Amino acid sequence: MAVDGMVASDFLEAPPRVSEWRRFRRVFLARGVVVFGLVVLVLLFITAIFAPFLAPYDPYLPGQAPSLAQPSLEHPLGTDLLGRDTLSRLIYGSRTALEVGFISVAVASLFGVVLGILAGYFKGAVNIIIMRAMDALLCFPMILLALVVASVLGGGIQNVIIALSIATIPGYARVTCALTLSLKENDYVLAQRSMGSSDIRTMLRHILPNAFPPLIVLLTMQLGNLILAEAALSFLGIGIAPPGAAWGGMVNDGYKYLRTNPVLSFAPCIAIMLVVFAFNMVGDGLRDALDPRLRGLL
Amino acid sequence: MTTYIVRRLLQALVVLVIVTLIVFFVMRLLPGDPLLIYVAQSANIQAMSPEVLDEMRREFGLDKPLMIQYVNWVGGVFRGEFGQSIFYHEKVGTLMLERFPVTLHIGILALIIGAVFGVLAGLLAAVRRGKWIDKVITPLTYVGITIPVFFLGILLYYVLGLKLGWLPIAGYTSPMEDFWLSMKQVIMPVICLAVFGLAANARQMRSAMLEVIRQDYIRTAWAKGLGERFVITKHAMKNSLIPVITLMGLGVGIIFGGSVLIETIFAIPGVGRLLVSSIFGQDYVVVQAITLVIAVVVLLVNLAVDISYGWFDPRIRYG
Repeated sequence: MAVDGMVASDFLEAPPRVSEWRRFRRVFLARGVVVFGLVVLVLLFITAIFAPFLAPYDPYLPGQAPSLAQPSLEHPLGTDLLGRDTLSRLIYGSRTALEVGFISVAVASLFGVVLGILAGYFKGAVNIIIMRAMDALLCFPMILLALVVASVLGGGIQNVIIALSIATIPGYARVTCALTLSLKENDYVLAQRSMGSSDIRTMLRHILPNAFPPLIVLLTMQLGNLILAEAALSFLGIGIAPPGAAWGGMVNDGYKYLRTNPVLSFAPCIAIMLVVFAFNMVGDGLRDALDPRLRGLL
Repeated sequence: MTTYIVRRLLQALVVLVIVTLIVFFVMRLLPGDPLLIYVAQSANIQAMSPEVLDEMRREFGLDKPLMIQYVNWVGGVFRGEFGQSIFYHEKVGTLMLERFPVTLHIGILALIIGAVFGVLAGLLAAVRRGKWIDKVITPLTYVGITIPVFFLGILLYYVLGLKLGWLPIAGYTSPMEDFWLSMKQVIMPVICLAVFGLAANARQMRSAMLEVIRQDYIRTAWAKGLGERFVITKHAMKNSLIPVITLMGLGVGIIFGGSVLIETIFAIPGVGRLLVSSIFGQDYVVVQAITLVIAVVVLLVNLAVDISYGWFDPRIRYG
């Protein structure tokens, strides 16, 4: 049963099958910055989950310590105008950042992916209506759109989430539409349709799963961008209501005392930057591990 | 090429109509009656009888159906009439003519610096891949695309303005009035707005260049005995610039978004600060006008980018 021109040793020397998971892990963890990003994110989640145990003081109660104290052993990052411990507020701020980031990404990607898949699948009028509307939304710089929507709706964490979601829907829609357009040309989609599979079934069972890898990468990177955008909004004074702790708001509060207490603004700034960097790097690593062909596209 | 341009123009027209619809209706969804907000800020509301309010409503055209109001508004915009600011008691058009040049001055400088230095940095990193210069530039680009604009602003403000005292920390002067003071004042804002674009361009340029350098025609150019400078600038750069052009279109939107933050930090009387103060002052006529103008600028720049893209890369036209 030997194949023509081949001997047994050819088969023996074939590379051993590497499991998908191991290959993924190897590529994903190959770069130092990606591992660094992953560590930052793990620490961020731990901080957010165990905030009440990690924070040395109450982050909301004013007057616990002298106002605007310089960093010391009791208050490693000093205190703000109301005598609240900066480190404790920083720790609680991670909750706001993650809450806004995850909920807005979930909402925006849900709407964006549905719109994108419909536009890509049905083409014609559906495509024109959806994609031109998305193009129109993309004409507004993200911060600007979120700012205007948040101001129309009024402050508060839910409204910030709604504003940021609306501002980021077009990104998902565009990517999903492009993916759907190319995926639906595959023979297996044609085969499904010839077997009488409904449009919805084809979209959900055959197109969506294949669009997942790039979408996961996009989602990860968007998490960082949304946390950044939320910080920018609360820096401008729109967003989380006063007693709440948001990093952007802390930067804004501390900004007036930059001359005497620079740490008040710099500490949350560094936290924001680290987290955004981490999400970007992990997104990069995921992209390389899931599908290197996406380089340059996402 | 002509069909491609015509198709793009038609698309842009549709998008423009949707943009105006969004701007108009988002503002109309404002909780509360725009007239009452206007009245509450210009006079005391108790003194007005319902008849006077109805009279004003008619005067502003607010009694007509929404669609008619929309058409009237768009008509006004085309004649350059954006309405009257509630807060500044000035025509919005005049207000924007004062503020836009400031933002454009800083924004265009940032765009140019980001493009020129970004392309150069990416080029250097690609040509000297793996050498020390690449090892310096590439990590810096990562920092550049992740650093929040306001962090960079505050950092420069603190170091160059407060600690070293090299640059003025606030204000804006027209270069016509006092060129040197103007230069000094715009340095920090321009750096802040340029960094993201610079880093993004450098990254895009580096990866595009590495892609192009591998191609056969580049090997041919080397084999012909052409010098490095010639191969890189005449052969490789042309094709690797194409993806960078798209980023320019994106850059305009990002710079407008960033100017909202930067103008707040450095107290620059540009359109970004006007927008923020109008949002807080519920001066919806101004907010409406500014968002519309910025969106249209972004739309036009992207249209220009798309058309030039088709010209540079014929494959796009037939796509």
